[in-house]
Amino acid sequence: MDLGWIVRNLDEIGQRTLEHVLLTVIAVVIGFAISFVLALLIRRLSWLEGPIIGVSGVLYAIPSLALFAFLVPFTGIQNPLTAEIALVSYTILILLRNILAGLAAVPREVIEAADGMGYTPSQRLWKVELPVALPVIVAGLRIATVTIIGLVTVTALIGLGGLGYLIVDIGYRRFFLTATLVGSVGAVLLAVIADRGFVLLQHALTPWARRRTEG
Amino acid sequence: MQDTSGAVVAFEHVTKRYGGPDAAPAVDDLSLTVPAGEVCVLVGPSGCGKTTSMKMVNRLIEPSGGRITIDGDDVMSLPAVELRRRIGYVIQQVGLFPHLTIGDNVAVVPKLLRWKGQRIRERVEELLELVGLEPAQYRDRYPNELSGGERQRVGVARALAADPPVMLMDEPFGAVDPIRRDGLQNEFLRLQKRVRKTIIFVTHDVDEAIKMGDRIAILQRGGILAQYDTPAAILANPASEFVERFVGADRGLKRLSLGRVDDLDLIEAVLVRAGEQRAEVRVRLDRVEELTYALLVDQRDRPLGWIDQGDLRGDGPIDPSAATPGAPTVEMETTLRDALSALLGSSVQLGVVVNELGAVVGLVSVDAIGERLRNPVRAADGQLHEVGEVAAS
Repeated sequence: MDLGWIVRNLDEIGQRTLEHVLLTVIAVVIGFAISFVLALLIRRLSWLEGPIIGVSGVLYAIPSLALFAFLVPFTGIQNPLTAEIALVSYTILILLRNILAGLAAVPREVIEAADGMGYTPSQRLWKVELPVALPVIVAGLRIATVTIIGLVTVTALIGLGGLGYLIVDIGYRRFFLTATLVGSVGAVLLAVIADRGFVLLQHALTPWARRRTEG
Repeated sequence: MQDTSGAVVAFEHVTKRYGGPDAAPAVDDLSLTVPAGEVCVLVGPSGCGKTTSMKMVNRLIEPSGGRITIDGDDVMSLPAVELRRRIGYVIQQVGLFPHLTIGDNVAVVPKLLRWKGQRIRERVEELLELVGLEPAQYRDRYPNELSGGERQRVGVARALAADPPVMLMDEPFGAVDPIRRDGLQNEFLRLQKRVRKTIIFVTHDVDEAIKMGDRIAILQRGGILAQYDTPAAILANPASEFVERFVGADRGLKRLSLGRVDDLDLIEAVLVRAGEQRAEVRVRLDRVEELTYALLVDQRDRPLGWIDQGDLRGDGPIDPSAATPGAPTVEMETTLRDALSALLGSSVQLGVVVNELGAVVGLVSVDAIGERLRNPVRAADGQLHEVGEVAAS
């Protein structure tokens, strides 16, 4: 363990961490946007649920390395697009499933009451169903983000930096254990911070879900 | 009819079929008129179309034929969403919105109608008070912090929010345990006395129908209206064998449900509090002929137990621990049947009548209930009802 290397390379470590966070955030944001649109589509055309979940399941099952190898001839190496296409496709299964599960778990009587009160279908969706489904949706974001933080380390293989750069390029190729350790611990720390962050976010967004009376 | 904010609801040859025109009807040529400000109970076995009939009023289900009017206007003449904002809706599972505070739940329809903020706040306050929930204490809490009974009251407040002339109630007390149900029913009847809405109330429980309904529509399988009349008339003259069976073999006893504690002349109770002198209470008790018990109450006049003449012998203050607890309590809205049942089960055959705060207002005896059955008595609305004739027949 070479502490001196860490101190000398704080700038580099910071830079790689930032890249890592950026790659993650872009993937989760785009993945969420796509999943949300798909979920609304499935609500309208329920027959689409099987095919869409099927395709996102297949995407999820492809090993990340294989997907990179497949994409590189089209999008090129060192192109963030290559990484993001792969990363986004991994988020979709998790996010879509949670959005659909959250909406499906809205109690029947809540929906019936909303209809009976005179909500229009879109008011019902935005003001009742989505808010009630929020805890499950945020839980999906939490899992997706933590998963992507782990996956982003692999993008170093196509020259995209991130904490994987420390692990692969410096640690593995040059047999320098300290860099591997810094990269790995950094990725784990990021995952833990993201995880806790989403727990706090959910707490703040859904005050109604936490207080309970006995009986 | 007294002043009402209700509207006349009329079903005219209403039919509902699920599937094609050849499918068996769920509701078959239903025609009935609910006068403004009255409670019409739709009752019948499962599969009789009672809930379907109710839901056609606010078009959660669209009729296949016939029409429904509210004060003469066809419900199909308005967009469904606008129609529903003008009709109160209460369901068994309540369906409060878990992510909104109690205040915001009650404010739902006024917000959909784009009322001003100040007006909404005042209305929410007024309604929470109306259903007996202290606004300051409940407004900012969430539904999961409330008991089942409290949630049901919020559900009623929410349905009343925009002061709709018509309310639909789908087994509103079905999920509440029997002991709490009687209290909620009484509370609802007191509320209805004040608001006078036209209410269509669905239940599968005949006793609840008799207690709650100004009129009862008994439906049978296939959505056929078997009888539509006042509870007294149905009990006296069931229109068919089906009605007779559905109402039950204990029709005679059920007639008791037509009367309320309210109809009786209450006996004034001799109330005593801890610390009063025995000699003094003896004198007070001797003045009332029909009583051999005094009633020990707390500082707010809530009953604690009976003090008999044995406990009053000698001098000195009353010993509160000598009181015999377990006096059955009833409310003014309790049916005579429920009151009788409560009285027969207790050692001292006197029932303590309490108001909504639990304070004693008087006593009822088994004799008084028997007397009430032999004589026609004024009903709550001041008219001489068929009730008397039924009881005498």
